[in-house]
Amino acid sequence: MRWLLACVVVIVILLHQDIWFWTDRTLVFGFLPIGLAYHGAYAVLAALTMALLVRFLWPAHLEDADEISAPANNVVNEAHR
Amino acid sequence: MIPALIVFIYLGIVLYIGVFAFRRGKQSSEDFFLASRKLGPAVFLLSLFGTNMTAVAILGSSGFAYQRGIGVFGLMASSSGIVIPLTIFFIGTRLWALGKRHGHMTQVQYLRDRWECSGIGTFIFALTAAMLVPYIIIGVMGGGTTLETISGGRVPYAVGGAVVAVVVASYVFFGGMRGTAWVNAFQTVLFLCFGAIAFLLIARSLGGFDQIMGGLAASPKAPLLSRERIPAEEFFSYMFIPLSSIMFPHIAIMCMTAEKIGHFKKTVIFYPICIALIWLPSVYLGVVAASQYQNLPPGETNDVIIRLLRDNTGVLISGILGAGIMACVMASDSQILALSTMFTEDLFAYYGGRKKFGAQAEIWAGRAFIVAIGVVAYLIALALKDKAGIFELAIRFAFSGFAALAPIMLAALFWKRSTKWGALAASLWVAGCVLGTWHLTRISDAIAPKPPTPARRAGGAAGGPAGGAPGLPQVVSRGSGAPVAAQPAAARPRPPKPPPPVQIYPALGDLFLRGPTNVTVYGFLPVMPMVIGSALLMVLVSLLTPPPSKATVDKYFPPGREGASAA
Repeated sequence: MRWLLACVVVIVILLHQDIWFWTDRTLVFGFLPIGLAYHGAYAVLAALTMALLVRFLWPAHLEDADEISAPANNVVNEAHR
Repeated sequence: MIPALIVFIYLGIVLYIGVFAFRRGKQSSEDFFLASRKLGPAVFLLSLFGTNMTAVAILGSSGFAYQRGIGVFGLMASSSGIVIPLTIFFIGTRLWALGKRHGHMTQVQYLRDRWECSGIGTFIFALTAAMLVPYIIIGVMGGGTTLETISGGRVPYAVGGAVVAVVVASYVFFGGMRGTAWVNAFQTVLFLCFGAIAFLLIARSLGGFDQIMGGLAASPKAPLLSRERIPAEEFFSYMFIPLSSIMFPHIAIMCMTAEKIGHFKKTVIFYPICIALIWLPSVYLGVVAASQYQNLPPGETNDVIIRLLRDNTGVLISGILGAGIMACVMASDSQILALSTMFTEDLFAYYGGRKKFGAQAEIWAGRAFIVAIGVVAYLIALALKDKAGIFELAIRFAFSGFAALAPIMLAALFWKRSTKWGALAASLWVAGCVLGTWHLTRISDAIAPKPPTPARRAGGAAGGPAGGAPGLPQVVSRGSGAPVAAQPAAARPRPPKPPPPVQIYPALGDLFLRGPTNVTVYGFLPVMPMVIGSALLMVLVSLLTPPPSKATVDKYFPPGREGASAA
């Protein structure tokens, strides 16, 4: 699943480079340039991709930090002197 | 003057939010700087998004679209719509968990502890702080300019800048992270709501966008309807810029404020939609403005949305939208708070201030720093009013710089073998590249090719609304009663070709090229080689130097647990 999702992310990133609409001045519905319509739809695709990642690649192992109300503050926040 | 009054009412509201947040606050540094890590899901999404929404998003994108067309949306917005949620998903969640477990409040705190380093952390602090400061200055400058424009000059730049500096510094001073997050959430909602209303009103006033776009398609400005004015190499390399987002201290710190990790779920899913909702109308209106205002010089194109509002909506909506634009301009609030947090945690507390003066002094040190940075930013904005270009340039370089720091954070979180020396090498590379790009830009200003200017035809009015572009069909407001007429295709002048970039050092061929605005490396933006170089140095130098102690590695990569640190 992890590799499949990695492939999905790579494909989505590649789809951003829509060279096929580079010089296309077509107006969708008579007012929306096709390049802009494509990237508007791309935003929806990006949201769906993130929904997939949240569903199948969520870092559930981090959820136990939810219960920590006061951080341990065990970081060494003073100069090493 | 009514729009300016509405903006002042808006400023009063955000000031009150800050004071209200102050009343809800507790006397601890974690509460002041991180709202006790207790932000709810809605405020977290809206404030994180609002924090990323700067004047660049609204004014810059429309001004850029005015010059280069609809491709600006793909260039700057939809690339952010995928890359920023990915970085929040993979890096933001880990930073949140680390903060919860170990008490980190800043990136440098984590990096110092992760790699057992002191001076290198201080160097990274200095580098990030230096790249953040121009934002704060440009915020004050933008506030002064916007108030002056909205009020028709009745509120002078100096007064407007002072008002913005005082209001922002006040609600950050009182409200800390809670106040800043609430104000950012309020600003985002305001802009999303009234932006849509303004878009519709402008469309109605102009007689419908179909006529405008049809007119543009039949004019020499038709390339604005496609990506013809954006080179493919530039479009590709812009994909690296959004990597900067998570490395901006205010975004990374904001990631540590969520109450639960589940809050990240909705944030990363809705983030691309929020970006589209704000940027798509802004870019679209920038292109629409190209049919209304002719031949604006590059320095004035950022005003096009304000001009459209002023000319096509009533004073009430214009004022409310002016407030929305102020909201974006005032996004420097979270940067001021982040700088204050870094100063307090990475310098004051780290170098003994907490031990010497106590925990309460930490909060007051942060507050004093907020006042100081507000005053200094205002004085610089006042003294260098006519040199805003310097800071705009600095911000452009800062984006590349922060993007190129991303490999450092990725290595810290996901690679046990990474070392502080790798981080130092990558940071030095970033600092060198930022300075080098600056130098190349300055020395090549004189040879920079000028943007194409269409031949002027009789009746064209530079910068005037709907004045009839050179060769552009007359598209005027419905109220004027003038007809919309497109030129016959045969009579259309040929669109001017963009000027080719010139070689900065002819002996080096196309290695360094200068376009109308940018220096490029073989046609690609400097951010691309910067990110790749930073990643390579991080890996190579780490492999050549000793790793941190086993205790530290085990602390951040507990044995038996898979995945990144904090796991």
